[in-house]
Amino acid sequence: MLTTWLPDENIQVVDAVSDWKQAINLSAVPLIKAGAITEQYPQAILKSHQELGPYYVLAPGLAMPHARPEQGVIKNGLSLLHIKKGGSFGSNENDPIYVVIMLCALSGDEHIRMISSLAEVFSDETRLEDLLKSKTVKEIQHVMNCY
Amino acid sequence: MKKILIVCGNGLGSSFIVEMNVKKIINELNKEAEVAHTDLTSAKSETADIILSAKDIAEQLSGHSARVFGLSNLLDNNRIKEILSENL
Repeated sequence: MLTTWLPDENIQVVDAVSDWKQAINLSAVPLIKAGAITEQYPQAILKSHQELGPYYVLAPGLAMPHARPEQGVIKNGLSLLHIKKGGSFGSNENDPIYVVIMLCALSGDEHIRMISSLAEVFSDETRLEDLLKSKTVKEIQHVMNCY
Repeated sequence: MKKILIVCGNGLGSSFIVEMNVKKIINELNKEAEVAHTDLTSAKSETADIILSAKDIAEQLSGHSARVFGLSNLLDNNRIKEILSENL
């Protein structure tokens, strides 16, 4: 179950963000609070974005920012930020981004289980569409866990 | 057997998800291939027949001996299926 890594308190819903940098920093807040990452982690993502472009934007509306385990991961975790008005991440074909799922993972079996569960959500077109439209914690948890 | 390499910025997140989808698609197509995922830096020195990656990353792999396909939507399994059925 994805709730193991994505408890309610890791889900945030906002109207808008000023830019992708704010979205990344905001996504990191619950994970820092939960002791899953250090402040170095969002910094590493911002730096990689500047070097590689929006490498973590997966599909229209969906971003999954992540960095490497040695860049500040303490334990596995996920956070989800829903941006009601959508945000620009500099990815022409995929902007506006509505859902930002920050992933922090140590390597190992648990990481594989977490990614497989996410892949299940993302690979189902209707489910992904529903996720992009879900604007409350309850709706989001429903799509992520009990579809 | 042909080798498909899926490449992302750090080889842990997006490429992993795409790898799972690619394995599923290969099965659906009744084909066989070796599939692996890695990060951009390692990809430059790894051999492969086909590389799938996000567009931004694909541009940085233009000198690679493999056929490189840049995807703007990494979850577009229909597009991946098209590429694999034409190139496997």
